[in-house]
Amino acid sequence: MDMNEIKEIFFQECEEQLAELESGLLKLNDGDRDPETVNAVFRAVHSIKGGAGAFGLDDLVSFAHVFETTLDCVRSNRLEPTQDVLKVMLRSADVLADLTNAARDGGSVDGARSRQLITELEALANGELPQPAAEAVKAAPVAEAPRPAVNEEGFQPVAFSFDEFEASEPPTIEPSTFEIVFKPKSELYSKGNDATLLLRDLSRLGEMSIHCDMDELPALDRMNPEAAYFSWKISLKTDKGEDAIRAVFEFAEWDCELDVALAGDASAGAGEELPMQPVPFDLSLLDEEAPAAVAEDEDQSAEQPRDLNDAAVSAAATASNILQMAQTAARAPAETAKTAGPAPVTAAQAAGQQGASAATPTIRVDLDRVDRLINLVGELVINQAMLSQSVIENDTNGTSSINMGLEELQQLTREIQDSVMAIRAQPVKPVFQRMSRIVREIADMTGKSVRLVTEGENTEVDKTVIDKLAEPLTHMIRNAVDHGLETPEKRVAAGKNPEGTVRLTAKHRSGRIVIELADDGAGINREKVRQKAIDNDLIAADANLSDEETDNLIFHAGFSTADKISDISGRGVGMDVVKRSIQALGGRINISSRPGQGSIFTMSLPLTLAVLDGMVVTVANQTLVVPLTAIVETLQPEASAIHSFGASQRLISIRNSFCPLVDVGRILNFRATQANPVEGVALLVESEGGGQRALMVDAIQGQRQVVIKSLEANYTHVPGIAAATILGDGRVALILDVDAIVAASRGQSLKPEMTLAAAG
Amino acid sequence: MTYAAKNLTTGGRELIAFRVGDQEFCVNIMSVREIRGWTPATPMPHAPPYVLGVINLRGAVLPIIDFSARLGMKPAEPTVRHVIIVAQVNTRVVGLLVDAVSDILTVADSDIQPTPEIASDFERSFARGVLAIQGRMICLVELDSVFPNEEREAA
Repeated sequence: MDMNEIKEIFFQECEEQLAELESGLLKLNDGDRDPETVNAVFRAVHSIKGGAGAFGLDDLVSFAHVFETTLDCVRSNRLEPTQDVLKVMLRSADVLADLTNAARDGGSVDGARSRQLITELEALANGELPQPAAEAVKAAPVAEAPRPAVNEEGFQPVAFSFDEFEASEPPTIEPSTFEIVFKPKSELYSKGNDATLLLRDLSRLGEMSIHCDMDELPALDRMNPEAAYFSWKISLKTDKGEDAIRAVFEFAEWDCELDVALAGDASAGAGEELPMQPVPFDLSLLDEEAPAAVAEDEDQSAEQPRDLNDAAVSAAATASNILQMAQTAARAPAETAKTAGPAPVTAAQAAGQQGASAATPTIRVDLDRVDRLINLVGELVINQAMLSQSVIENDTNGTSSINMGLEELQQLTREIQDSVMAIRAQPVKPVFQRMSRIVREIADMTGKSVRLVTEGENTEVDKTVIDKLAEPLTHMIRNAVDHGLETPEKRVAAGKNPEGTVRLTAKHRSGRIVIELADDGAGINREKVRQKAIDNDLIAADANLSDEETDNLIFHAGFSTADKISDISGRGVGMDVVKRSIQALGGRINISSRPGQGSIFTMSLPLTLAVLDGMVVTVANQTLVVPLTAIVETLQPEASAIHSFGASQRLISIRNSFCPLVDVGRILNFRATQANPVEGVALLVESEGGGQRALMVDAIQGQRQVVIKSLEANYTHVPGIAAATILGDGRVALILDVDAIVAASRGQSLKPEMTLAAAG
Repeated sequence: MTYAAKNLTTGGRELIAFRVGDQEFCVNIMSVREIRGWTPATPMPHAPPYVLGVINLRGAVLPIIDFSARLGMKPAEPTVRHVIIVAQVNTRVVGLLVDAVSDILTVADSDIQPTPEIASDFERSFARGVLAIQGRMICLVELDSVFPNEEREAA
């Protein structure tokens, strides 16, 4: 395995950590004060920093370090995670993601932005409260103000070296004595760390006296050679702060019980807001001081007022308990409830769930391998169908054992197919998380205050669908914030909460995934839409449109109601592009809007792109598959409904509106003359341009799920044909490209791109 | 040249000979993936006349070329006695409809005579040479020119 591969794994892990980080911060933002959430956030940044350090990604390390320090303040309750604080942190998470991407792809990042955030983060770490309105640009200079001798334009990004860092911590100058209890776990050794080295590093910080505690050492015959039995009590006199001590144990932190406390009351913590108690382990403090804790937790609140040392010991026990739980995830949530006490139900459940998800082992598999497997299973399904068909044809008396075996085989193949498809299925969570960043950025740009609520993030859908979903969704989110929501002033005037809400929901509904994007903005201004449509010649001035039809006008190409074109949206390439990309995924999009109350966009997408729901039809003795998503309705035309129009065109009247009739067999050159419509079936389809067409086919065979096969792989693209599939009888059937057929019927001829003819 | 390289290792080259109408042709055995019986193909819209359609080859969609029609001869009327030579041409796999596979030949490069000077460029474009085997004439076909690849098509 070479360095690049390892690096690639690191970046993959980074992505996961970043997702974890963001979801954690968002949870905190929603008022979650579970210490495990704070820890998860901290761990995410810490792991990125650790990995980045190993690869010498200095920018990433330095930023992560500052971020981590600030998070540590939250973790140890020195900094209250208010909305303003979290705003800074969420922005920092964005920058961290940018830096990670830059490190991977070699791009550059907005250096000014990250420097400014570093300043803000440091200000927070130093106990300076963020500006109430946390306006990014203003916050930085203000936070910087207390520092002496820095003039306006030259406020310098604080360098990231450790020393400078400590220089900015208040209680550092006078040497103080720390009591450190260091008890490694066996994991520490199994990860290749060595207590000796840690202690040696520690000794460099100042004068140190060590006492090794060997009480736990069992008799030789009962000793496990790989276990850890020793612990050390260290008394260290140093002029560096507690952070410097913790920094020594930085990479061993999760594998040992570490307890750093100031000896006596000494000079400590002048600058901290909370009285610096000898904090055994920050986790415990979170537990003990969480507001709800005091009320209900009998054990701990009783213990709290006692001797500090006792408190420290018990708290350390609590902390280590929690730690162990997080790490092994083996114990029941009940124990967390006991130790964590406060807010027992949610905290315990969260811990339990996290424990459970952490414990599920996963492997990384190359996507190609999964795809190959999916292809093979597709073959298996087809083959099985062919087999049953030929058995039925050849064996009329029905040998029951063969039929039963075949039925079981069918069930098994279906199950295999479902489970293989499930491998590719991924939760929509990453896409939704990306949206929260977009909402933040757009909200900042437009000066609106927006809250994104996501639901059903764990709804699973095929990975290719997820990958292709991000773009239209981004477009729609931008539209929702930019056009959908009003400015805070207008909202207040309308008697609404100045903060707008955008709700993003995903759910499964009858074999499809339905994604809803709802805003509580002003809704669609139908008058304006109508006027605009008339101006753009999309509809006649006296057209009589229902509300729904008016709303759907926004999906027309070249339509934008924004008065002025903004950077974000409004260039008129918005919703029609969205609609097309959703349709390309085999999906449909709808809008419903209520004036003054907002709009809801509903997208319904197939769960996978490997199979397609199709209507199997016959055209000129050929079997074709029409994607079900394109079909609006099917009907049996009557002679009286068919009207000739000009030389060769024919129209069909459907409920008194006329719709062009398109003979599929003629367009595909399967027959030379037009078929008699009365003998066939008309499929009413909706195409890209929004127009409806009635496609003439000879007969409908049925409705079936088909596996999509590429035609291009061995042949070439065929106009009018989207792909191929293999039917139960083993023959290839072509899947119709409805949009191309409709376009051809408008006169744009299907260009026969005869690849193979080029040779002649 | 891959042919030359192969000659060095095997001392000759192996060819598959097949019959189309009353003529015999052969192709390099290395490009042949399998030989199978005729199954009805699904016609393709707007396809050139020599493309009979596509068939299902264990899940892959395989275009079938009527070799006879491709060379400008009488189009074949496929029966169960016809065979499909599944051949790899560049990255694609295509099926070649021929009357029958007749032989597997091992020949040395020196046995291959240059294509005779004939008027038609078309025949010369796919023929790499001719072989005289037991009084028969077998034409060595270059599959690359029968099925142009993407690059040539763009040019």
